[in-house]
Amino acid sequence: MAGKAVGPVRRSFAPWTDPASKPFIEFRKVTKRFGDFVAVDDLSLIIYEREFFALLGPSGCGKTTLMRMVAGFEGPTEGQVLLDGQDLAGVPPYRRPTNMMFQSYALFPHMTVEANIGFGLKQDRMAKGEIDARVEEMLSLVKLTPFAKRKPHQLSGGQRQRVALARSLAKWPKVLLLDEPLGALDKKLREETQFELTDLQQKLGLTFVIVTHDQEEAMTVADRIAVMNQGRIVQIATPSEIYEQPNSRYVADFIGDINVLEGRIASTGNGVVRLECIGTGATVEVDQDLTAAPGDTAWFAIRPEKISISLDRPQNGTINAVEGEVWDIGYLGDVSVYHVRLPTGATMKATVTNRSRLVERPITWEDKVWLTWTRDGGVILTK
Amino acid sequence: MADPLATVETKAPPAPARQGSGRWLVLIVPYLWLLIFFAAPFLIVFKISLSTAAMAIPPYTPVFDLAQGFVGLVRGIQEFAVDNYLWLVSDDLYIRAYLSSLWIAAISTFLTLLVAYPLAYGMARAPKGWQPTLVMLVILPFWTSFLIRVYSWIGILKKEGLLNQLLLYVGAIDQPLTILNTNWAVYIGIVYSYLPFMVLPLYAALERLDDTLLEAASDLGSPPSRAFWQITFPLSLPGVIAGCFLVFIPVTGEFVIPDLLGGTGTLMIGKTLWTEFFNNRDWPLASAVAVILLFLLIIPIVLFQNMEQKRAERER
Amino acid sequence: MIRRFSFFNLTSVTLGFAFLYLPIVLLVIYSFNESRLVTVWGGWSTKWYGELFRNEALMDAAWVTLRVALLSATVATILGTLAAIALVRFGRFRGRTLFSGMIYAPLVMPDVITGLSLLLLFVAMGFARGFWTILLAHITFSTCFVAIVVQSRLVTFDRTLEEAALDLGCPPLKTFFLITLPIILPGVVAGWMLAFTLSLDDLVIASFVTGPGATTLPMRIYSQVRLGVTPEINAVCTILIGIVTVGVIAASIITKRQEVERRRAERMAMATP
Repeated sequence: MAGKAVGPVRRSFAPWTDPASKPFIEFRKVTKRFGDFVAVDDLSLIIYEREFFALLGPSGCGKTTLMRMVAGFEGPTEGQVLLDGQDLAGVPPYRRPTNMMFQSYALFPHMTVEANIGFGLKQDRMAKGEIDARVEEMLSLVKLTPFAKRKPHQLSGGQRQRVALARSLAKWPKVLLLDEPLGALDKKLREETQFELTDLQQKLGLTFVIVTHDQEEAMTVADRIAVMNQGRIVQIATPSEIYEQPNSRYVADFIGDINVLEGRIASTGNGVVRLECIGTGATVEVDQDLTAAPGDTAWFAIRPEKISISLDRPQNGTINAVEGEVWDIGYLGDVSVYHVRLPTGATMKATVTNRSRLVERPITWEDKVWLTWTRDGGVILTK
Repeated sequence: MADPLATVETKAPPAPARQGSGRWLVLIVPYLWLLIFFAAPFLIVFKISLSTAAMAIPPYTPVFDLAQGFVGLVRGIQEFAVDNYLWLVSDDLYIRAYLSSLWIAAISTFLTLLVAYPLAYGMARAPKGWQPTLVMLVILPFWTSFLIRVYSWIGILKKEGLLNQLLLYVGAIDQPLTILNTNWAVYIGIVYSYLPFMVLPLYAALERLDDTLLEAASDLGSPPSRAFWQITFPLSLPGVIAGCFLVFIPVTGEFVIPDLLGGTGTLMIGKTLWTEFFNNRDWPLASAVAVILLFLLIIPIVLFQNMEQKRAERER
Repeated sequence: MIRRFSFFNLTSVTLGFAFLYLPIVLLVIYSFNESRLVTVWGGWSTKWYGELFRNEALMDAAWVTLRVALLSATVATILGTLAAIALVRFGRFRGRTLFSGMIYAPLVMPDVITGLSLLLLFVAMGFARGFWTILLAHITFSTCFVAIVVQSRLVTFDRTLEEAALDLGCPPLKTFFLITLPIILPGVVAGWMLAFTLSLDDLVIASFVTGPGATTLPMRIYSQVRLGVTPEINAVCTILIGIVTVGVIAASIITKRQEVERRRAERMAMATP
């Protein structure tokens, strides 16, 4: 991740770092209750124009409710939702410049692909010739031109997904809302479509908001991700920040695989934190600025791919290193995941890239091994 | 990709390869029963419609004498006469009765649809927890006697009945209306008695309607009133059609309602058939009336049956 | 999402049910009318109920009707269940179209046609007309209704349950009684109840196929109604409505209780780790 000029223009797109940027979608202290249940809890959030924004969280965390408030299917119990500076309160869904791609696609079963895509345009009383031209354009955009006359039930899952996408894009909405758009597709198709989506978003220059519970999907497509839990936002950041610098155990655990070791702060200051992990018998030293007092409980979080595994005892003593025994090996093809049992009974995971074609690995079951990591490999979390 | 439309033909699961022959009893017993008591009688009706009335028991000739075997059969056929049909076509009373039956059935089917649609729609949009109770409430009157339900309207629609008393009381009218023994009473009776037959298929179709389709329509700029005609109504059409068949076909041959609520001017073929049979004891003519009625209804019946069978196969 | 009644929906449902129930309620109220004139209220009285039980002809008719209904519903339930199984499970067989036609057509066939054709059949076969011919006629048309009700239950039946039973060594017939029948039972019971009320209800078909000595309650009511509305008939109707209402409410309470029981058991099962 060294060279700054490697990536396309995309890299430099970061309106959230510029205080002069104008908010496009803004939630101001929004609360939404359904009876006793609080779906969204005093939440404020700004999304910028042309951004691809992901709302990520487990089911019931309020992410769908948040999106439905933008579309107009729900109104906030308290607070305001603004789009391009205009308060959306009282504006019904059919008058909002937003369109949604539904999780179930919600294709009208009695209409052809063409009629589905043209439906929104017809509502705006657009001239027939213009509608036809736009539908044609959308069909070729999603590569469905030969299927124009079919009904939804005559299409495969992937084709239906693309009809739904074309239908929600046909009106050039100011904001496109995507509710778990790829959930119903199989893995390979999903990966392909993820790239198509980002491509499309950059080409069209629209604002996309996606709701998903799939962290990989969020990381692939989004400029920024908001990780949500119980109606609140836990962290908003770019995908790499979310992955490398989670601000809490919740985020660390939700995104990807991670080892979390509990311990007590031994010392802080000078950009170095020292943590004693009694449960795992490790002493951890991390380059990090942290406001915490010695004796406080804290957690060391480190991703398996940032741990090295070796049969030899490390030279620089027992800091950032633990000894253990290989308990299990998960062979995934590209990498192998080693589950290492520590003397205290805890286990840690380390992944090793399989660089050779040897079927016999140098490290195998019941081997005594050392796990080591660097001072910038993990992060210390206080919540 | 296989054309999903083509799968309708192959949808029925293939019969399992090897099973006991006792399995076929499951089919044969009801099959034979229906053949004997439902299908065969139609042939007999047709045969008797070609006979002539007679003062005898049974009151028609020829009677097949099966004891005479084949000869009896041939002699019977030789004596067949199409007189009854000629009679039916020549007397415009019968033709008018047929036309008027179809007309009354069409109007009352439409009225039933008008009354049933808002009710079914309200039920389908009601809170989920309420819905089983509401369905139950629609079916409940169906369990009480049809005759009683028709009869209860006599007391309401009479000249000195409750409806007139109410209207006079609130001052909407100053002369009691004559409703009973007119076609209006027949319409009211039919709408009332056949309402559940219309409501239930409509409800089934509307209840299946996915809410997100309406949300999608709204999201794409269609206000609720327009979305109803664009989405809800077209998707409820199977229910509308099934309900209309369930009302139209039996109403065409309805006897009880026009007899109890209708007047002398109410011409319905079910009443005509009843009169020919019970009052005039002309069995062959009644049979001919029935054959022509069946002939008129055969197309809607076949359409209805095809539709139901397709639906049953889709659900499998 | 929590749905509430909108004003429009509440209004249409209320009006719809008022239309369905008002005539029945009025009928019940007027059965307690002291006055012989049906439309004039003469104070509360139960005297018509007393007269009713002294009316032997009506009581006889009620007894005939009840026997026909019980017998025909039971036989029709057996035949109809068999027919439903044949329709759902036998796939394509020779004569399937005719078979399903004979199942669906009676649902909409005008009663006058069915009644006349059955009568002519009984005459041709030389049957003595009366109780037995009514019974046969009722079995025939009820069978189709039962078949439809049971069929709708059967199509949702998970066939792997049967396959599991067969796999565990249970022979087909035993599998039917141990696995299939208990699961489709609600449909079978509903079919029986429908057949029972259809039989109680029938005027036209019974009028055609009956002979001397067998008069059903609807036939008796009809002949009295033709002479004019009488409070006595109101009383008969009220009793019939009462029986049906009690039956239906009892049935729904039983199913509701079973449902609650099942839910509670499920919750407890979920709570235990």
